[in-house]
Amino acid sequence: MSVLTSNILVPHGREEAWRFTPLNRLKGLHDGSAAIATHRSLSLKSASVPGVTFERVSRELLPSLGTTDDAIMNRVREFSSDVAVLKIAANSELSEPIHLNRESFDLSSAEYSRVLIHVGSNARATIIASNTGDTLLAEDIEFKVESGASLTFVTLQEWDSQTVHVAKHHAIVDKDAIFKSITVTIGGSVVRLLPTVEFTGPGADAQLLGVYFATTGQFFEHRIFVDHCVPQAKSRVNYKGALSGDKAHTVWIGDVFIRANAEGTDTYELNRNLLLTDGARADSVPNLEIETGEIVGAGHASTTGRFDDEQLFYLMSRGISIEDARRLVVRGFFSEIISEIPDTDVQVRLMERIDTELVKVGA
Amino acid sequence: MSTLEIRNLQVSVDTENGAVEILKGVDLTIKSGETHAIMGPNGSGKSTLAYSIAGHPKYTITGGSVTLDGADVLDMSVDERAKAGLFLAMQYPVEVPGVSVSNFLRTAATALRGEAPKLRTWVSEVKEAMDALSIDPSFAQRNVNEGFSGGEKKRHEIMQLELLKPKIAILDETDSGLDVDALKIVSQGVNRAKDANNLGVLLITHYTRILRYIKPDFVHVFANGKVVEEGGPELADKLEAQGYAEYVGS
Repeated sequence: MSVLTSNILVPHGREEAWRFTPLNRLKGLHDGSAAIATHRSLSLKSASVPGVTFERVSRELLPSLGTTDDAIMNRVREFSSDVAVLKIAANSELSEPIHLNRESFDLSSAEYSRVLIHVGSNARATIIASNTGDTLLAEDIEFKVESGASLTFVTLQEWDSQTVHVAKHHAIVDKDAIFKSITVTIGGSVVRLLPTVEFTGPGADAQLLGVYFATTGQFFEHRIFVDHCVPQAKSRVNYKGALSGDKAHTVWIGDVFIRANAEGTDTYELNRNLLLTDGARADSVPNLEIETGEIVGAGHASTTGRFDDEQLFYLMSRGISIEDARRLVVRGFFSEIISEIPDTDVQVRLMERIDTELVKVGA
Repeated sequence: MSTLEIRNLQVSVDTENGAVEILKGVDLTIKSGETHAIMGPNGSGKSTLAYSIAGHPKYTITGGSVTLDGADVLDMSVDERAKAGLFLAMQYPVEVPGVSVSNFLRTAATALRGEAPKLRTWVSEVKEAMDALSIDPSFAQRNVNEGFSGGEKKRHEIMQLELLKPKIAILDETDSGLDVDALKIVSQGVNRAKDANNLGVLLITHYTRILRYIKPDFVHVFANGKVVEEGGPELADKLEAQGYAEYVGS
């Protein structure tokens, strides 16, 4: 599939999908002015495992599974010459996580990267994708989770301070399949992620979990869309964010659409934000659109608050310093999600990074 | 030997209608090894006294002093008060989501002892404290106070009392919400802490029931923000028989 450049409208910031994003900090990703990088930063770290293949396929052979009206994603589809394809064969039961590493230190040109992750019927797998370095990246990941399969996808944005990372993570989840994502965003200058889910069979289940921690000047946006376009599918969204320092800004949009034919839908989405200091801003917009009343349940909740004085008092009354008390509370806040990551080394690494960020801003 | 001295303590709390005076000049002296019961009707300011001594930010000290062995407690931050040797067992212990009991206890012990306890001795120390209070070992992995029953919360408070070894402990309605069996277990914990560390105890209660298990040396009747009568254990028997009507009526 090719996309004509003339068909890509450059966002100006007034569009609903772009109204929070600081376009002037995207370093030309949105208007195509960034130089196009030739490197491919994504690699498979794990040793080869039966049933798992990783290869690059010419884009002509692999048209995108879905369409998008996102300008940057259309540029990815136009500019990337090949697609990184990770395949997990049907009926494979992987006992160990597959590690995908993306590392790049290039701020002079932008990498446009297409990725396809295909999980065959009744296969079970965990993929942990680590993103490190300082770079410009526009990334379009598509997941095809075939019937009865179960995929846990952990994506770690552990970038250095200047990275601009814009991505769409689109999962197509078939009958009785489970797609669970754990999205962690703790590094970068601007990170804008679009985790989206489309169900293609009844009994499909999506769990979208996430944590983000923005400190001084960082902008992290998570714009979720779950399309309940089939009956009897289930979705759960739970994102938790902390913000600390001047002009730390996070955006969480949770759009859930229950179409007229999606009877028996069961959905709940939740976003909690913890403001650790003054000067930070958390936007949180849950949005539920329902076209049928024949559902199991649909709800959402969003809270944004400060440290709970009672929690800090309790901890301090046991001799714990204010700094350690705050650290414990923040770690505790995040642990609900981070403890879901099926790799204790990663859990420890993330908690240490969170501690480091806390110390940096003196929260 | 430690002494907690409370002199003419006056405390107010901010409300929508301005500051309201709760404590109206409290005088108390608690020494190591002594057990003082403070008894009084609801709303008399007993809990305010407990939280003010511990340094809760909600309360404003408007007059008087609190010293521990001469050091100005009111000038200390909340954690400094704990490090000085004060402990408050709370009536409503606070849930701290995502923080395990074992992590919390170790962090507190490290702060109070000035160094991380050696892992091997610490594990057996915690196990012993849990066993003594009939606390299930799985408790250590649960989040602090989250989903605890009323009795579990109180046992968790007393377990901290035994592990953290303060000089003076304030027990704020530790007996509330406990059945007789749990009350006995918790009281035994307090008595062990007294024996082991020559602990001074300020026991705040509404009922005389707990005094059957934790014997007070002094009883103070608290009403309308101050101590209105003081005596020995016999005063508790009088309260048991006559209630607080004499002190709160006009």
